[in-house]
Amino acid sequence: MADVERGNRPLSPHLQVYKWPLNMGMSILHRMTGVALGGVTALVAIWFLALAWSPEAFALVNGLMTSWLGWLVLLGGAASAWFHFANGLRHLVWDTGSSFGQRRVQRTAILGLLASAILTLVTIWVAASV
Amino acid sequence: MRYLTDRKRATGLGSARSGTGHFWEQRVSAIALVVLTPLFIFPLAYNMGDSYEAVRAAYGNPVNAIVAVAFMITAFLHFFQGIQVVIEDYVHGRWELVLIITTRLLSAAFALIGSLAILKIFFGA
Ligand code: HEM
Repeated sequence: MADVERGNRPLSPHLQVYKWPLNMGMSILHRMTGVALGGVTALVAIWFLALAWSPEAFALVNGLMTSWLGWLVLLGGAASAWFHFANGLRHLVWDTGSSFGQRRVQRTAILGLLASAILTLVTIWVAASV
Repeated sequence: MRYLTDRKRATGLGSARSGTGHFWEQRVSAIALVVLTPLFIFPLAYNMGDSYEAVRAAYGNPVNAIVAVAFMITAFLHFFQGIQVVIEDYVHGRWELVLIITTRLLSAAFALIGSLAILKIFFGA
């Protein structure tokens, strides 16, 4: 290794000049949304605890959850859940050994993004319809 | 240490065939969540922002209550299976162990908090 002529030989692609395949972003988002969902689900558990506890406790926790910051967190939670849901389905299909072709990976990535956007919009609509 | 064979020193520290078991368990929880997540999220979104009495009544309904309890347990099971892999990727040594144990205990705690709260509401309805 050490004696190899370095000269003008091409370098391997560096992180900064590498064009990101869409699926790389999907993979990173799957991990980020998975971690985020743990946090939001814990908040929802506390909301249930307050609901079981007393009307006063519920007023406090529910007030925080339905403040503008609370709604923002919940919206992030819903979007995370639907992304992780759609992309998780891709993972489960891959786990059977299917759909690894480049074109299919690209196409199901776009499909997954579309599905999670639509499901998030439907969730907003359901939340707003009370 | 010198009296241990290489085999003995490695067993239990590498995958030692436990990796596929963990992988497998995580697929099972993921499949359960494919069904439970939509069933949980839509009623939750519908009830979020409603009055104390209305939300209590909603989770007094057996279908909502069962789905919510099943979601709490399965989601936190799946979460600690997933977060363990994330921790194993980025953290090594003592902190790896500390974080894995902490997230596992927290997951168990929140699964219990969520499901017991829902059960109390359900039985009190
Ligand atoms: C909606 C249904 C869900 C499905 C279908 C699903 C599916 C999956 C799958 C297949 C993986 C493994 C990914 C891989 O092999 O790299 C995974 C990872 C993970 N999931 Fe889920 N999941 C769901 C819901 C959730 C929920 C509700 C949470 C949190 C409470 C969660 C947290 C995680 C975490 C933390 C990981 C690890 C991420 C990683 O290794 O990069 N998931 N999920």
